Amino acid sequence: MATTPATIVTALGEEPIFAVGDRVRISVRYPVGHYRVPIYMRGKQGIVEKILKPAAINNEEEGFGRNAGSKRHYYRVAVPLAELWAGYAGSPQDRLLIEIFETWLERI
Amino acid sequence: MQTHDHEHDHDHEHGHQHGPNPHYQDPKNADTPPPGYYEIMEIAVRELLVEKKLITPGEIRRQIEVLDSRTPALGAKVVARAWVDPDFRSRLLANGRTACEKDFGISFYDDTELIVLENTDKVHNLIVCTLCSCYPRPVLGLPPDWYKAKPYRARAVKEPRKVLEEFGTHIPDDVEIRVSDSTAMVRYLVLPQRPAGTENLTEEQLAALVTRDAMIGVIKVENRSNP
Repeated sequence: MATTPATIVTALGEEPIFAVGDRVRISVRYPVGHYRVPIYMRGKQGIVEKILKPAAINNEEEGFGRNAGSKRHYYRVAVPLAELWAGYAGSPQDRLLIEIFETWLERI
Repeated sequence: MQTHDHEHDHDHEHGHQHGPNPHYQDPKNADTPPPGYYEIMEIAVRELLVEKKLITPGEIRRQIEVLDSRTPALGAKVVARAWVDPDFRSRLLANGRTACEKDFGISFYDDTELIVLENTDKVHNLIVCTLCSCYPRPVLGLPPDWYKAKPYRARAVKEPRKVLEEFGTHIPDDVEIRVSDSTAMVRYLVLPQRPAGTENLTEEQLAALVTRDAMIGVIKVENRSNP
């Protein structure tokens, strides 16, 4: 796709909010419904490794039949395993990568 | 007339046995345990959907055929091609789904994206779905039972090196383990390292070496062609 010219204003959510290398925290929330952020990842900090394209509908909203305008990006977020688990026995460079929807990420 | 109708209804209501008799056991199935909660739920929902004409039994059968047509042999062909064709390899790593669609005609019926993770001398990838059983079904078919079982799902993210050792796979400490927890829109396929001593094998012979477990990342590909 061609680069978006300066005269074109994109809607909220069309462009990814985070960039590769950004430090992020995964939200700590316990909403009602079907959520795809495992409990063990909530509140953890990581680095955006990849922006997943194309933007996708928010499946949590879709579960309630609400999807109009809910497209946002997923990000592949990397977290060192040693930061996830106290006393992690492996190498300090071992990492966990997981895709997280934009609405669950906080900039730090 | 009214009385007759009432009597008929009354008689009908109590004169016949409706539904299965809970005390009756078919002697042919005496060894089969009764269906569990979720199995009964699945049957009930399926029968309701069919009864309401939202889906047909033919569509269910067709979907089973779709799944049966996907096996690890497909993924193995993709891996072998990536080993022998550098151009395909780079396209596969850039976008797993489009490379599989374009070069192998593999359809992604579940509308998932595919990220192919390359194992190298410095990185070993392992795939898990902690929440359920997300798996690259379009290219590998159904996941093995252990992949869906809680011990693997819980331990792969917490002690991957120990889990790998239990599969007989030792990863040296200077090799980074990357565990990918597959939870949403993306599925993952591990591109294993091509084993040494396979320089003279054809693409087809290479594909025969690639197993399901190697594409999940719990083992390495072995050169079984060596006598």
